[in-house]
Amino acid sequence: MKKSVILGALTVAGLSASAAAAATLDDVKERGTLNCGVATGLAGFAAPDANGEWTGFDVAVCRAVAAAVLGDATAVEFVPTTGKTRFTALASGEIDMLARNTTWTFSRDTDLKFDFTGVNYYDGQGFMVPKSLGVSSAKDLDGATVCIQTGTTTELNLADFFRANNISYEPVPIETNAEAIQQYSAGACDAYTTDASGLASSRATFETPGDHILLPEIISKEPLGPLVRHGDNEWGDVVRWTLNALIAAEELGVSSANINEMAESTTNPEVARLLGTEGDLGSMIGLNADWAKSAIMASGNYGEIFAKNIGEETPIGLARGLNAQWTNGGLLYSPPFR
Amino acid sequence: MSDTHAQSVAYVRETAIPPAPAPVNAAGPVKWMRDNLFATWANALLTVAALYVLYLILASTLPWIFGGLWTTSSLAECREILQGKSAACFSVLSERWNQLLFGFKYPSELYWRPGIAFVLLFIAFAPVLFFDLPRKLLILTALYPFVAYWLIWGGSILIPIMALAGFVGGYVVYSKLVTRNFAAGFFGGIAAAAVIWIIGDYIVGALASDTPWLTPVPSRDLGGFMLNLMLGVTCVSLSIPLGIALALGRQSSMPLIKWICVVFIEFIRGVPLITLLFVASVMLAYFFPPEATVDLFLRVVIMITMFSSAYIAEVIRGGLAALPKGQYEAGDSLGLDYAQSMRLIILPQALKISIPGIVNIAVGLFKDTTLVSVISMFDLVGMIRGPILASTDWNGVYWELLGFAALLFFVVCYGISQYSQWLERRLATDHR
Repeated sequence: MKKSVILGALTVAGLSASAAAAATLDDVKERGTLNCGVATGLAGFAAPDANGEWTGFDVAVCRAVAAAVLGDATAVEFVPTTGKTRFTALASGEIDMLARNTTWTFSRDTDLKFDFTGVNYYDGQGFMVPKSLGVSSAKDLDGATVCIQTGTTTELNLADFFRANNISYEPVPIETNAEAIQQYSAGACDAYTTDASGLASSRATFETPGDHILLPEIISKEPLGPLVRHGDNEWGDVVRWTLNALIAAEELGVSSANINEMAESTTNPEVARLLGTEGDLGSMIGLNADWAKSAIMASGNYGEIFAKNIGEETPIGLARGLNAQWTNGGLLYSPPFR
Repeated sequence: MSDTHAQSVAYVRETAIPPAPAPVNAAGPVKWMRDNLFATWANALLTVAALYVLYLILASTLPWIFGGLWTTSSLAECREILQGKSAACFSVLSERWNQLLFGFKYPSELYWRPGIAFVLLFIAFAPVLFFDLPRKLLILTALYPFVAYWLIWGGSILIPIMALAGFVGGYVVYSKLVTRNFAAGFFGGIAAAAVIWIIGDYIVGALASDTPWLTPVPSRDLGGFMLNLMLGVTCVSLSIPLGIALALGRQSSMPLIKWICVVFIEFIRGVPLITLLFVASVMLAYFFPPEATVDLFLRVVIMITMFSSAYIAEVIRGGLAALPKGQYEAGDSLGLDYAQSMRLIILPQALKISIPGIVNIAVGLFKDTTLVSVISMFDLVGMIRGPILASTDWNGVYWELLGFAALLFFVVCYGISQYSQWLERRLATDHR
């Protein structure tokens, strides 16, 4: 039986390899589930809980897209990916979209043939060192051993930073964040560098967080966002505007608590267009009229998702910072729903 | 004669002196310690130093283990209770126990199914491992893969039945034809099995009900130590026969077969296992359309089996080479054909020589199954490195989790090693 499947698959493979690239939206609707690539485990961003339910900041994006397309926030097949397997999984069509704190860079957008559909977290690379090291600036780290995750942009940024400042370092390459923290707390490296959000959340789990400091230098821009395959613009639009709907909802004051009330009695025309009670934005991207409403109801607007998974009330304890709405001095700015 | 002395000496002892116990310093624990621990000054110094090191290790680990907490709900709570004391936070094991054993996606109401499969594993392996048991029990072993597949993956019972029917049909054809010609039997058997499988494919498609007795569980929901055990057991059982075939093929006088085997073995041995796993998980996905990919578990099993069979082939080739040429000539002179002389004379001796090497590879292979965590399968190590350490409750619990993983692997590997030593003693036919 397996043999016949393999042989059949081999002959079909050549024919359908090109067809698999297009019409992801139809595939998802036909399948009834969204295949969404997430991290194998990153505190606050994506991790299964004791019951096996995925939760996290990136997971919420997957759930919102599933809710917008299929009307069901639980119709998601989460495919855990590592830093090494994530791009092949997306390129080969194993997953429909990737929401795995992936940095939007020129070469990933162009050379690797992906489309980033926006930014759901503005991050930057920082350094954490033990207080006892007596270092107050990253430029004092000459000759230090630095723990670094392999296969990420942080590895390249680190090399750039040290070369630009003409100082030397010794990298200690490491596979996952958990391992890096272990190595760092065991003293295998003087400093640990990764995205500042990751550093803050890791530091919060230490027995004595006060013994470690984050250095003031942020050495890179790390806009993290969901991405899809290049060349399927309809699907890219769906993911892009679902994310925008979450951001716009916060700006417009639409939350999962008041959304039904807003849908019935709003006087703001943009809210009415967003929630599908006015105009036909849904049909323009091949979805139901209440697509954005379902997406927001899945786990709340952007602000609610942030507060629930990584905000200051959680053990991760991140401030909004750059990720505040533009009206509050942040960078989040959704184009208008019109 | 005998009574002359009685008159010439004052006293003659008439009974034997009962044997006195040896002096305290020449027997018992004291002697053992003098001989083994304090034989010389240098030895005594080393003994004292070793005892001190042992004391240091135990003094720091035992309170850590026995003071461990089992019932808290997060690492922060553990630390609050311990107030800076050093003790383990085993609560992570009790809270995530099922996830460590079965992965985080296997439905919790179905845990009994892999549980039964695990118990049946011992029944199925007993007749293979202990050949003093009745040979009829081997039927259970032959049935086990199909039962275990059905229990773990669930779904229609027709699938394992049809797969079994293919093997039975193939064997029947083989045994009919092999009396005339081995090649005819071999290829006839394969053809018969293939025909039955293709027909069975249609029958399953037509008859399988939508609501099977056992709920189907997809491969990607498997995880935890269960996944390590499944990969280890499947790959070791498949790679031993394949390894024997490759070893014999490499010694074959037919150039085509010989060179195929040589190229296969040398290629696989020249490539790291992790590379093969990456090929299995990511590269093959490019060649299949997204809907029709071969199951990831199957892909990984194929790659690990190929890898270990190449190594086992080389171990067995060592065993074959160690046999004196006279053994081969003895088989020929008795008029046995190739298959008979291999089965009755050569292989029993060669395999006996190869046991330590094969066990060595089996133990290594079992531990290598943790490599699948790199291709985002959630085996025991994958569960620990990914979901459990990434949860906000348990971020930072390393020793307890990895120590638990080490303990599980140690139990299995030590068991395998003890069995192989028993087997070597049992098979020893030389009179040493």
